[in-house]
Amino acid sequence: MRVMVFVKATEDSEKGLPPTEEMTEMFEAMGKFNEELVNAGVMVDGDGLKPSSAGKRIAFDGPGRTVIDGPFAETRELVAGYWVWEVKDMDEAVAWAKRCPNPMPGPSELEIRPFYEMEDFGDALTPELAEREQQLRDRLSGQ
Amino acid sequence: MAKDEAHRAIEAIFRIERARLVASLARMTRDVDRAEELAQEALLIALTEWPKSGVPDRPGAWLTAAAKRRLIDGVRHDAMRSRKQAEIGRELDEEQDMRVEAAEAALDDPLGDELLGLIFAACHPVISPEARAALTLRLVGGLTVEEIARAFLSNEATIAARITRAKKAIAKAGVAFEVPRGAELAARLGSVLEVVYLIFNEGYAATAGPSLVRPPLCAEAQRLARILAGLMPEQPEVLGLLALVEIQASRLTARAGPDGRFVPLTEQNRARWDQLLIRRGLNALNRAEALGGADGPYALQAALAACHARARSAEATDWRRIAALYDRLGQVMPSPVVELNRAVAHSMAFGPEAGLRLVDDIADAAMLRNYAPLPAARGDFLLRAGRRDEARAAFEAAAALTRNERERDFLLERAAACSE
Repeated sequence: MRVMVFVKATEDSEKGLPPTEEMTEMFEAMGKFNEELVNAGVMVDGDGLKPSSAGKRIAFDGPGRTVIDGPFAETRELVAGYWVWEVKDMDEAVAWAKRCPNPMPGPSELEIRPFYEMEDFGDALTPELAEREQQLRDRLSGQ
Repeated sequence: MAKDEAHRAIEAIFRIERARLVASLARMTRDVDRAEELAQEALLIALTEWPKSGVPDRPGAWLTAAAKRRLIDGVRHDAMRSRKQAEIGRELDEEQDMRVEAAEAALDDPLGDELLGLIFAACHPVISPEARAALTLRLVGGLTVEEIARAFLSNEATIAARITRAKKAIAKAGVAFEVPRGAELAARLGSVLEVVYLIFNEGYAATAGPSLVRPPLCAEAQRLARILAGLMPEQPEVLGLLALVEIQASRLTARAGPDGRFVPLTEQNRARWDQLLIRRGLNALNRAEALGGADGPYALQAALAACHARARSAEATDWRRIAALYDRLGQVMPSPVVELNRAVAHSMAFGPEAGLRLVDDIADAAMLRNYAPLPAARGDFLLRAGRRDEARAAFEAAAALTRNERERDFLLERAAACSE
């Protein structure tokens, strides 16, 4: 199964990247961890994100679209980086996540979220529904 | 409940460590069965110890040490019975300490030499490719015999016997659990890549049975290819194979229509192709080519897959480039199957008559006599050339040859369409 692992933002990550010795050590440990993920065939993708001060939000309300400039207030809900992992199950994802060096100088959090897969829809996705879903996708992609 | 959870967590750690653990033990014992038993015993010890002591910092090294203690205990027990007793025990203890240290160092070794050694042993050419695949899925992929049997639509007894025979062949040939060097590496690497691609294809183009694709096998092959590329980043053909399986896998969901029927490449909804996998595949192909491996058989096949991946629509496909790549592939990897695909590419680039000419050249090849894709391709060329009756006969011949039910439906539909 494929999961996305979010590195949640902290006040430090929201400040940007002060190049401290601590950071260098963390990057080194993270590099080693990433190498382990690659060698185990687990890592599919991953990267870090700039602080929310570099981001924008688009708020939808009916036909209205409002652009909101960062930074955004609720730090704990923000994302500072992500991985995409291919694992056998959630237990394996958790075991890998526990091996991750703390990505932040202080307390921090990882969040693991599985991707939807066709099997997840089970019997609820009848052939007719699947057909309609595909037609919709076809239309969306202009084919 | 809490105990269950703790056990599941430990088992997950064990699954992550298992292949490296078995690799390290097999190198010591030169006996895969014993290595697997010892790994299992180490798991049992962890299941009783870790809930009390907590998970150690380096669980892999811990499990290796535990397994090796069991190995020494076993040897000492045998020695006692043959009355040679304590001295041997002491010697073994000292030797064991050194080996455990070496093992711990190896577990920190990012080269992952031991795991590679296990892969090379499991894929040794003394074993048949099918048995190599089963053994690799068992030892490296960590699949159970039942899972492997299900994946190959076989029964457990057959797979178990295949794995047992493979282990015996390894023992009999005295295969070392090491990465071969020099000229031997190139030869043995081919045998490893062949196994990974065989597993992938069994999942991608299910040769028999009711469903068209078996994604779990593809996922295992992708994982193996990624492991190999992680451990051998300078081998262009490893990267070529990785590129090939990533790009092919990007089309897995688009290959089967909503009713499970086969959807040919040119008719697939490209919006459903997995762009993440395509990007990974193209990156791997670029690296393979940068290392001078553009003409490797896997890199060439990946380059072919990449032509389709890059085309935004079927009409935008660069068939001339594909035809040229097949010309090249036919030279480095001559095979009737490649020639057939080359005929298809030429028909798309230069018209159906060009395809017919090439396909008629190979129609008599023994390997293709019962090969459904050959009459299927001929049918397609004939239909496009306006020779409908001959086309229908060709599609019907193809339908009679295929063992995949979904593909048969598709071919019979095409045959029927020739009369419309």
